[in-house]
Amino acid sequence: MKTPTDSPTRRVRVEVNGTPLVREVECRKHLIDFLREDCGLKGSHLGCEHGVCGACTVRLDGQIVRGCLVLAAQADGHRVDTVETPTPGKRLKALQDAFVEHNALQCGYCTPGMLMAALELVEHKPEADRAQVREWMSGNYCRCTGYHAIVDAVCAVLEQQKAGRFADEPVDSADEVRA
Amino acid sequence: MKSPAFDYIRADSPQHAFELLAKHGDDARVIAGGQTLLATLNMRLSQPALLVDIAGFGAWRGIAVQGPTLRIGALARHSEVESSPLVARHAPLLAQAAPHIAHRAIRNLGTFGGALAYADPAAEWPACVLALDATLVIASAKGERRVAAADFFQGLYTTAMQPGELLMACEIPLIADGERQHFSELSRRQGDYAVAGLAARAKVVGSRLREVRLAFLSLGDRPIRARAAEAALQGGTFDDARLAQADAALRAELDPFDDLTHSAAAKKQLAATLMRRAVAALLQR
Repeated sequence: MKTPTDSPTRRVRVEVNGTPLVREVECRKHLIDFLREDCGLKGSHLGCEHGVCGACTVRLDGQIVRGCLVLAAQADGHRVDTVETPTPGKRLKALQDAFVEHNALQCGYCTPGMLMAALELVEHKPEADRAQVREWMSGNYCRCTGYHAIVDAVCAVLEQQKAGRFADEPVDSADEVRA
Repeated sequence: MKSPAFDYIRADSPQHAFELLAKHGDDARVIAGGQTLLATLNMRLSQPALLVDIAGFGAWRGIAVQGPTLRIGALARHSEVESSPLVARHAPLLAQAAPHIAHRAIRNLGTFGGALAYADPAAEWPACVLALDATLVIASAKGERRVAAADFFQGLYTTAMQPGELLMACEIPLIADGERQHFSELSRRQGDYAVAGLAARAKVVGSRLREVRLAFLSLGDRPIRARAAEAALQGGTFDDARLAQADAALRAELDPFDDLTHSAAAKKQLAATLMRRAVAALLQR
């Protein structure tokens, strides 16, 4: 079998932002292109397409992943959430508000990826200090803000969480079944 | 950029995977976490006709104590190793190394076995399992075989694995009484490939070090045991003279090549620094 001159396709069933979708996609198509082109969700962005910039960060089965380093075919039978989710939890909304309040975005290109990464930090590292926030967020690049405002916004939400603001929304542990 | 066209099959079982690999040979590549493979494909550095997805083999995912060893399944995600209480207790070296692997989003998908089988000389897990005297469990259509870590890493991106074989698990001796482990690496930015890294362990008896293991990453084409430095550190009471001997031994035995950002001389200097810090950490804790 040589490299196919046509492009093999596959039917995938993915729950996207709570809605089950069925699409026929090229096997080679990665998740971020699938979301943008096949699901019409332009909220997540493409940057480097080799896993370093973080612009394509989305959630797969409740955990952040690089959308350019997952195939749509691997997401078959799994759950994807993007920044456009119609049911954002309180933590995501608080992060969005904090980003606006702290001027943590200018062009907005990195912002969806930043929010997804920050959300996982807030959920799973509630005791993170500023240095740890910086380490965690270092996988997402920003060309506009110089980063400090982003870190300020994330730290502000961590403080809100410590003050009990999200107490009525416990964090789900990540699903056991993964791609 | 977009990857070239390929077909994709989810293997139902290891047996199914072995059949597919035998049938398609060099046209097929195995995908588990895909964090290296998909980047490679996106850059068109490789053009397989078929990806065989083995990520569904549940039995290859677990982390468990089995007698005198900690067994980590090849399909355990980096982030699972990072947050495992068993790893923290029985192989703390791995818990210390995990946060240095790329970034969280990559750690959520990349697999322990994938990193070992790929054998990037700058990777953390190969140096760790070398320092830990671990055993790699390799599966094929013919059954299982075990290879010691010291024999597993054979060259640049080259391991003892043969075509048609899959890495199934890694067995790691449980940390012993009086043993300490320390991992550190130096990189230009958080998450970058290491310029130099060290997985170290030793038995600490008063102010003496025994059974020292120093496994360096990014100092060669594979993880490297600094055996002369290890020998110099062992035995008698540890003091500045002994450290100086070990430093000299290390500089004599290491032979790194220049990389993109640092000369061989600079890498050697960093390796010596890492050793000095590791020894201080092992003795203090």
